[in-house]
Amino acid sequence: MVQLNLPTNSKVEKGKYYKDKTGSKNIRKINIYRWDPSKNENPRLDTYEVDMDNCSSKVLDVLNKIKNEIDPSIAYRRSCAHGVCGSCAMNMNGKNGLACTKSHSELDGDIDIYPLPHLKVLKDLIGDLSTLYKQYESVEPWLKTSKVSDKENIQSKNDRAKLDGLYECIMCACCSTSCPSYWWNGEKYLGPAVLLQAYRWIIDSRDEDRKERLKKVADELKLYRCHTILNCTNACPKGLNPAKAIAEIKKMLATA
Amino acid sequence: MSAYKIIDHEYDVVVLGAGGSGLRAAVGLSEAGLKTACVSKVFPTRSHTSAAQGGISAALGNMGEDDWRWHMYDTVKGADWLGDQDSIEYLCKEAPAAVLELEKYGVPFSRTDDGKIYQRPFGGMTKNYGNETVQRTCAAADRTGHAILHTLYGQALKHNTEFFIEYFALDLIMKDGACKGIIAWNLNDGTIHRFKSHTTIIATGGYGKVYYSATSAHTCTGDGNAMALRAGLPLQDMEFVQFHPTGIYGHGTLISEGVRGEGGYLVNSKGERFMERYAPKAKDLASRDVVSRSIALEINEGRGIGKEQDHVHLHIDHLDPKVIEERLPGISEASKLFANVDVTKEPIPVVPTVHYNMGGIPTNYKAEVLTLNGSEKTVPGLMAIGEAACVSVHGANRLGSNSLIDLVVFGRAAAKRAAELVKPGLKHDEINKNETDRCLDRFDKLRNSEGSNPTSELRLSMQKTMQSKCAVFRTEKTLKEGVDEIRKPYDGMDSLSVKDKSLIFNTDLVETLEFDNLIRQAITTMDSAYHRKESRGAHAREDFPKRDDENYMQHTLSWCNGSKTKINYRPVHRSTLTNDVQYFPPQERVY
Repeated sequence: MVQLNLPTNSKVEKGKYYKDKTGSKNIRKINIYRWDPSKNENPRLDTYEVDMDNCSSKVLDVLNKIKNEIDPSIAYRRSCAHGVCGSCAMNMNGKNGLACTKSHSELDGDIDIYPLPHLKVLKDLIGDLSTLYKQYESVEPWLKTSKVSDKENIQSKNDRAKLDGLYECIMCACCSTSCPSYWWNGEKYLGPAVLLQAYRWIIDSRDEDRKERLKKVADELKLYRCHTILNCTNACPKGLNPAKAIAEIKKMLATA
Repeated sequence: MSAYKIIDHEYDVVVLGAGGSGLRAAVGLSEAGLKTACVSKVFPTRSHTSAAQGGISAALGNMGEDDWRWHMYDTVKGADWLGDQDSIEYLCKEAPAAVLELEKYGVPFSRTDDGKIYQRPFGGMTKNYGNETVQRTCAAADRTGHAILHTLYGQALKHNTEFFIEYFALDLIMKDGACKGIIAWNLNDGTIHRFKSHTTIIATGGYGKVYYSATSAHTCTGDGNAMALRAGLPLQDMEFVQFHPTGIYGHGTLISEGVRGEGGYLVNSKGERFMERYAPKAKDLASRDVVSRSIALEINEGRGIGKEQDHVHLHIDHLDPKVIEERLPGISEASKLFANVDVTKEPIPVVPTVHYNMGGIPTNYKAEVLTLNGSEKTVPGLMAIGEAACVSVHGANRLGSNSLIDLVVFGRAAAKRAAELVKPGLKHDEINKNETDRCLDRFDKLRNSEGSNPTSELRLSMQKTMQSKCAVFRTEKTLKEGVDEIRKPYDGMDSLSVKDKSLIFNTDLVETLEFDNLIRQAITTMDSAYHRKESRGAHAREDFPKRDDENYMQHTLSWCNGSKTKINYRPVHRSTLTNDVQYFPPQERVY
C-alpha cells in the first residue's frame, strides 16, 4: 500500500489562538489558513473567537470583523460584497463559494476557511489565478464578425436567450478549483470556468468563428479531461451549469 | 529610500484603473498604436463597473422616437444646471455610436422582438424636452455593467493591452506642473514600479467608501482623486454625492432603478405611493436626488416602515413573474440573498444609500485635466475619465444609466485626444530622484507606523461622521460640526498602527493607503458642502432650500494640503459645443 504524504514544508500546523475579549455569550470559532511568503514557515491554522451577536450575516462580514477588530494582518481579496465581482471566492467548511454571499448560519460548527483548493497560495487566502486567466485569454473572448455596418447586429430574442446562464459568469474560479480533473491537469485542461466562456462565444449567433473555435478546443487535454464529475455545477455560486456547457461543446463536436 | 527596489518602465500612455472607462481608453490607445500600460489594483473584471445593473443611456430610438437633444435636455435638467453643456452635448451626441460599438464588441444586450437592442425607461429620461417617459436605457437584463466590463476586457485582450494587475498606485510623478507617470507597488511580489508616460489617464472610479453605508465596493476608495490632491491639483464639486433611492435596508446592496423602470413603485407605512405627491408627472421615475429626498422626508415625518420606521418598501410583486425572470433576474437573486425576500410575493425593504460621486478631477470634454491659474488651464500629461473625473456632465445630480455611457464616451474621447497629443515612441524625461523619494517616504512612513490607532478605527470614525453630518439633508450646524469632526480621523494618523510590515499582499497596508486617500476626499467633500450655501441637485441644504444661480452656478474647486483646504470656484460653461443644439438656460426643476 502506497502511503501519500504532503511535503513537510506544506503541512498545515496549528497556529495562534485569539481568545474573545468582548465577553460575548455567543462565540463562534473561526479557523483560518495562514501563510506568509516572506517568512520561512509552514502554513498554519489560526483560530479566532468571534462575537456573533455583533456580526452581520455573511462569511465576508466575519472576515472583515476579524480583520478590523482582531487581526489586521490577515489577507484575502474582496471588493463588491454582493456576489458580482468574484473576488472573495474561497473554501468554507470544505466547499468553494463566495464569502460575500455565503451566510455563516448555513455552516455548521466551527468555520474552517481555506484558499481555493489546488492553487499556488500567494498569501493567506489569496490564490494565484494567473494560469486560469491565461487560459481565459486563449479562448479569445471577443466577438468575431466580418460585418461592417453603422447599425447593431440583429439578434433574435431566442438566440440571445442562448447566452443566458453563460454570460453571467463572474470568473471567481469556484468551479475550476473544485474540479479533480483541473487539479491534476490544470496546466493543460481548460477547466469548467474557461470552457463555459468558450461555449458562450461558440453559441453566440453573432459570431462567425464557430467552426474555428470548436476546432481549437477539440483537444484530448483542453476539453476531454472533463469526466462529468459535476463538482463545477455544484460549486457555482451563481447557479450556472458549466458541466452542461462542456457537454454541449462535446455534442457539437460529435454531431458536426 | 534606497531600501526599495525600483523597476522602471516606459510607456507612451499609462491608464490607471481597469473598469469600464479605463478599459475603453486602453482599447482605443492600443488601436491607435500607442504603447499602453493598464495598471489596476484588482483584476479588470473585479472592477466596480461590474455592479452596474440597469443600463446604459443612448438615444437609439429602438423603442419609439428619440433624439440626442432630448437626452441632453434631460441630463442638463437632471444635473440641476451645474453640468457643462458643451460636455453634455458631446456625451449625448456620441452616445448612440458608443453603444453600437459595444454591441459590436459582443455585449449581450437584451433584445426587442425585431432583434434590436432593448431599451427600458429610467428616471429623468423623457421625450420632447420633459414631456413624457422615453425608453432610452439599453440593457443586458439587469447585469449591464457586468456584461460591458467583461466584453471590454475581452477587447483589451484582443488588442494586446499590457496589464499590470494587482499593482497599487501610490502617486503621480509631477515635474514643472506636468504629469510624467506614476509610481506603483506590485502586491504580487512587493516590488516598486516607476511608469514613465507622456500621458497618464486616471480612471480609478469613485470614493463611496468615505461613507458608512454605500452601494460601492470595498475598493471604491478614489485613489486617483487623492493622487491628484497630493499633486497639488484641485477636485471639483465634491459636495455632490448621490444617494441611490433603493439600497437594500441594512445591507446597502443596490436595487436597480431599472426595477422602477419596469413598473416597480415605492410605498410608505400607510401603503401610499408617496412619489405621486412629490413628482406628480414622473412619480417613481423622477431623478434620484428627488426620490431619495422624498423617501428621507417620509421617514423623517414618521411614515417609514419597520420597528424603527426607518425604511420604505419597493414593490414589484404585481409584475408578471416572467418579466422579472427575463429582465430583473439579478435583483431577484440579491433580494433573496440580502433581504431574504421573494420579490414575486413580497416588497423589498429599501433606503437611500450612497451610490455615486458626481465630483472628481475636473476635466474638459476631451478628458484633459483642468486646474485654475487665474483662468482655466489644462495640466499637461494628465487626463481623467469615468467616476474619478468631473467633466462635468452630471453636474449636481447624475441620471441613472448616464454613468455607463459616460465611461465609454469619455474613455473613447481620452484615447482619441491622447493619440493626437502623443506620438508613439517619444523619448521620456529623466525623473527627478526627489519626486520618487517624496512618494516612497509617505509609503515607508505609513508602512512603519507603530502608533495606537488601527486604520479600521480611523476609517469607521470617518465613515460615521460623513454618514451623520453630510447626508441627504444638510444644515449649517451639521456641516460646521462635520468640518471639525472629519479632521479628527485625519489627525489620528499621527499615531497610526499598521501591524503587517511585509510587502507581498500586505492588505493591512493597502487599507491604510486607501484610508489616507479616502480621508483627504472626505475633508474636501465636507468643506465643499459647507461652503455651498444653496440647494442644488444632490446637495440639499435645509437652511438654504432654494437654488441660487446668481452666486452658485459655479463649480466648487477644492485643494487639500494635509487637512487644510482651499476653496475656489469656476463658472459653469454656459454654451454648447456646436450649433447643433441651443443652450438650455436655467429653469425651475420639477418632475
